[in-house]
Amino acid sequence: MSTTELKEKEVIITKKSESLLSKRRKKILIDPLDDNNPVSIQVLGICSALAVTIKLEPTIVMSLSVVFVMIFSSLLTSLVRDYIPSRVRIIVQLAIIASLVTLVSEFLQAFNYEMYKVLGAFVGLIITNCIILGRLEAYAMGNKPYDSVLDALGSSVGYAWIILTVAFFRELLGSGSVLGFKVFEMIGWTSFPTNGLFVDSIGAFIILGILIWIQRTNNGYIEN
Amino acid sequence: MTDLINLIIKSAFMDNMVFAYFLGMCSFLAVSKKVSTANGLGLAVIFVLTCTAPLNWLIQKHILEEGALAWISPKFSAIDLTFLQLLMFIAVIASFVQLVEMIIEKFSPVLYGSLGIFLPLIAVNCSILGGSLFMVQRDFNLSEATAFGFGSGFGFYLAIIALAAIREKLKYSHVPNGLKGLGITMLITGLMGLAFKTFIGMTL
Repeated sequence: MSTTELKEKEVIITKKSESLLSKRRKKILIDPLDDNNPVSIQVLGICSALAVTIKLEPTIVMSLSVVFVMIFSSLLTSLVRDYIPSRVRIIVQLAIIASLVTLVSEFLQAFNYEMYKVLGAFVGLIITNCIILGRLEAYAMGNKPYDSVLDALGSSVGYAWIILTVAFFRELLGSGSVLGFKVFEMIGWTSFPTNGLFVDSIGAFIILGILIWIQRTNNGYIEN
Repeated sequence: MTDLINLIIKSAFMDNMVFAYFLGMCSFLAVSKKVSTANGLGLAVIFVLTCTAPLNWLIQKHILEEGALAWISPKFSAIDLTFLQLLMFIAVIASFVQLVEMIIEKFSPVLYGSLGIFLPLIAVNCSILGGSLFMVQRDFNLSEATAFGFGSGFGFYLAIIALAAIREKLKYSHVPNGLKGLGITMLITGLMGLAFKTFIGMTL
């Protein structure tokens, strides 16, 4: 037996015995949270969800929906990846995403109609969230289901914490509350000056800009 | 007629896709490094949005809505296909973009050269799908939907051209390391949004 064959056998054996959360898999999961964040480093997915960040509560629903859609679309795409002709892959991926988003939208309509009205067209706009299509195209089309799910989980949580932070500050400074509780009145500061700019879309741009500044200074990423 | 022009002005300036609804942000940020490419993408968005808005309006009114299928036979008047809305809209947009790409490639290679690469990107540009969804939400009629599509596309065009022009100048200024690229662009977008707010209340 030649050495290359031996090596190949070794590779196969190590692959088989890879633990559920090996170092490589942990990296897939952790990387998108900070060093390779989909929003602040890869500049994806800013489109569809910033608009819901006026209040914290719809943002939580939105992030959960995105996590759900992302994990299952990655899983499904990864399962059928060998059967998709490459010429029509975008349409197939969009069809998978659109079906899952329809599921989320119908679920919200049935169980939380108030929230459905608040989110409005933005639930449907999860379809065009570039993170989802981007990860399907870049990762799920070429990797095994379990790895793809980990990657999807990492990316969607990395996205979720950014929009949750933006929403927290927008609600705090714009309406003086957190999740609807008037925190400043509770601690006895009744004359807290709320800033209408943060309720407006402009506040979201500025908070996100500052957040990106802080995060990139922290992890030393420089865009040229 | 004045109503339609007012609607175009309103959707281009006050309800600007980018500044008021954050739609199309991805391509807005990614393709705004040079004015010439931003010009190409902006024109493509105007064209696709102006065509898909009335197209999706027809689909919504004659296929998807409750009772919309009554024109085939009265038996179908109880059918409500609204749950297929997202799938239908995105399919229309994706296939329309594909069609436009093929037509342009065939008849005008020059335009294809300048636009070509951005056309596939447009299928996942949120402002296109957003335009169709807003049009349904706001109960427009066919001519209003077309005007709304054109106005929104034009607003996106103005925004991306302006940002690209600013970013071209920005290359020569000293920006703190962490703020380079995306960070400073977000702050500039915020300031531009503030400027667009001043159009509120403008009518003919």
